[in-house]
Amino acid sequence: MRSLSLPEVSGYDEMIQPGGKVRDSYKGYHRWLLGQARDNLVRKRKEAELQFHRVGITFNVYGEENGTERLIPFDALPRVIPARDWRHLEAGAIQRVRALNHFLHDIYHDQAIVRDGRIPAEQIFGNSQYQPCMQDVDLPNQVYSQVSGVDLIRDGEGTWYVLEDNLRTPSGVSYMIENRRMMMRLFPELFAHQSVAPVEHYPSLLLETLQEDSGVAYPTVVLLTPGRFNSAYFEHAFLAQQMGIELVEGADLFVKDGFVYMRTTAGPQRVDVIYRRIDDDYLDPLAFRPDSMLGVPGLLSVYRQGNVVLANAVGTGVGDDKSIYPYVPEMIRFYLDEEPILSNVPTWQCRDPKALDHVLAHLPELVVKEVHGAGGYGMLVGPAASQAEIAAFRDRLKARPDNYIAQPTLSLSTCPIFVDEGIAPRHIDLRPFVLSGKESRLVPGGLTRVAMNAGSLVVNSSQGGGTKDTWVLEDGSC
Amino acid sequence: MLSRTAADLYWLSRYFERAENTARMLDVAWNLSLIPFAVNAREEIAAPLVISGSGALYEQCHGEVRIDRVLHFFTLDENNPGSIFHCLRDARENAHAVRGKITAEMWESVNSTWLELREIRELGVDGYGVSEFFDWVKNRSHLFRGATYGTSMRNDAFRFLRLGTFIERADNTARILDVRHLSGAPAGDTAVDFYRWHALLRSVGAYEAYREIHSETINAERVAELLILRPEVPRSLRSCVQQLCELLPAIEGDAGQTAKRLAAVQFARLQYGDLGHIVDTGLHEYLTDFLRRINELADTIREEYLEVV
Repeated sequence: MRSLSLPEVSGYDEMIQPGGKVRDSYKGYHRWLLGQARDNLVRKRKEAELQFHRVGITFNVYGEENGTERLIPFDALPRVIPARDWRHLEAGAIQRVRALNHFLHDIYHDQAIVRDGRIPAEQIFGNSQYQPCMQDVDLPNQVYSQVSGVDLIRDGEGTWYVLEDNLRTPSGVSYMIENRRMMMRLFPELFAHQSVAPVEHYPSLLLETLQEDSGVAYPTVVLLTPGRFNSAYFEHAFLAQQMGIELVEGADLFVKDGFVYMRTTAGPQRVDVIYRRIDDDYLDPLAFRPDSMLGVPGLLSVYRQGNVVLANAVGTGVGDDKSIYPYVPEMIRFYLDEEPILSNVPTWQCRDPKALDHVLAHLPELVVKEVHGAGGYGMLVGPAASQAEIAAFRDRLKARPDNYIAQPTLSLSTCPIFVDEGIAPRHIDLRPFVLSGKESRLVPGGLTRVAMNAGSLVVNSSQGGGTKDTWVLEDGSC
Repeated sequence: MLSRTAADLYWLSRYFERAENTARMLDVAWNLSLIPFAVNAREEIAAPLVISGSGALYEQCHGEVRIDRVLHFFTLDENNPGSIFHCLRDARENAHAVRGKITAEMWESVNSTWLELREIRELGVDGYGVSEFFDWVKNRSHLFRGATYGTSMRNDAFRFLRLGTFIERADNTARILDVRHLSGAPAGDTAVDFYRWHALLRSVGAYEAYREIHSETINAERVAELLILRPEVPRSLRSCVQQLCELLPAIEGDAGQTAKRLAAVQFARLQYGDLGHIVDTGLHEYLTDFLRRINELADTIREEYLEVV
């Protein structure tokens, strides 16, 4: 690390204003930074890496034979969100998830939003994530998505947008907690002088949320994982331990006489709530994919009888699909009679011929995504793509326009990170986690993902993205 | 506790214990093979193959018994499921599967052991130092045991970990004693005897115990008594079975009736056993019978707790 001087920034940077002045929210941190010896910071970076390896906070990458366990790069420079900004985001995220839960209940019951003409019927019932088996199934508290990840970004002006909703099995919350622990271990003095809002109580809020959904007085809650080779296995084990619940695989559970049981050393034990981190398709080989070895035969029938709670519910995928995303603001108005607090990114649905024409004419400027894609796979970032890549994508787009949406390439906000040369700005996003039970809860903060390469806009960990600690700072403590 | 979790904990500590015992056994064989005048080096270096019952696999992979090959076979050879490399990798796999059930410090000790072993593999055991490598394995095992004792809650997770340790240790002590006894029996040469029994005691860390209890010269019967019947010696068969006997009834629930009975019967045989009876039976016959019983107990633990259908 050669220098600790602040870099020049273009666009919106979380720490540095145009002209080079430090934002108010970073004043305390910057004062501290100026007092640091460069050697010390280099040493701390190494310590963090060693520690993450030792603790085994790793991430499994699909399709890589040797390096199946990889460390997600961690950056020690925190991302700061002033508390007043956070209150806005919190209200917006809760509002959005409430509307989405209303939407899911509606489409699996009366379908008022379709009958009212707000969303075209084929968008819902033709969606591969729509689960007809959920029709008229009544869920406790009418909650479908108990755990929701709302991905937020800021554009070049600093305006917040919702980039996408994650209502299936959103992951990353363990990194939020571990990143905070790491920062407190490396730089305890930073936390002594600034009031950073705590995030470590997330697991107890999650457990409360899961318990609230069961009609049983002292419900047995378990976490169902696909197993140790899953990319998010570390997180599954981490959360199960933090909540003090069993981490189970499909083979540990069985269905008998209308209930779910787990195999224990003291005999069968009934299970009331399953926080499942397995996709719908693999949950029950009798109801979904018959070749699935990960699920529990008969689980769905127990679920439909109301004898076990699944979190999240079966069939939430239709709510976070990119083809449904454009309608979320409309859902907020329809179900809550409120105006959306957080905006959507303007989106062209390629299934619409006019929108398709526009997209085809502007491919080099746009980001095009698969409707059902996730993890940064199968997308085109126009400004970063070669002509050949754009040409190839154009063919795919024309062949199946309904499989794609397009959005303007927002110049995501940046936040400085430590690099070998010193400090440099990198693009970031933010995923707060909204918990929905009888009430909505979220811890102040979330997972900040960083595109570690200069100029890159792809923050997904499967694509080499990193993470950093996220601070919600009370006003006046900066 | 989930049966699968119990199985992972049990095998985690069995593999770690096996790695430690393999290191102990090899350390002795290695040291003895370096003493040219006293013993038959080839026989010494072949002893681990007999003890572990992996002679056939060795022959198939490496042919002739040579010290460097035997060392490799038991340390870093991936083809040998009993090699230290294999055991520590399996231990780490099991730990990974239950990392939510063990403390952070236990996991870190298993995981950093594996990470260091991968580095050692790059150097080779020769490059790292043979004795240094065995010390390293023993120290890692001590560290894991220390982390377990020092941080683990005294619950069923702890009990299944300990069950694995003592089943494995009982098996290993009996095997080491059996083989050393067979190869040592007819020598009659005091120097050779001394080295052999000294080596055996050192391999199970009981040399000091022997000296504490007996001031006389080391002889086969006293060594056998020490490693079979003595309650103060932590690797003796009696100590191991006593632990099993205390652990099984402490596990929550009513499962495991047969396992509890087998352990109690075996403990009574050791608690009220005497050296005269063992000598009359013949040490080899006695140990063969013990190994059969301890393996029956291990099978029963598997059926009643770990792989419940």
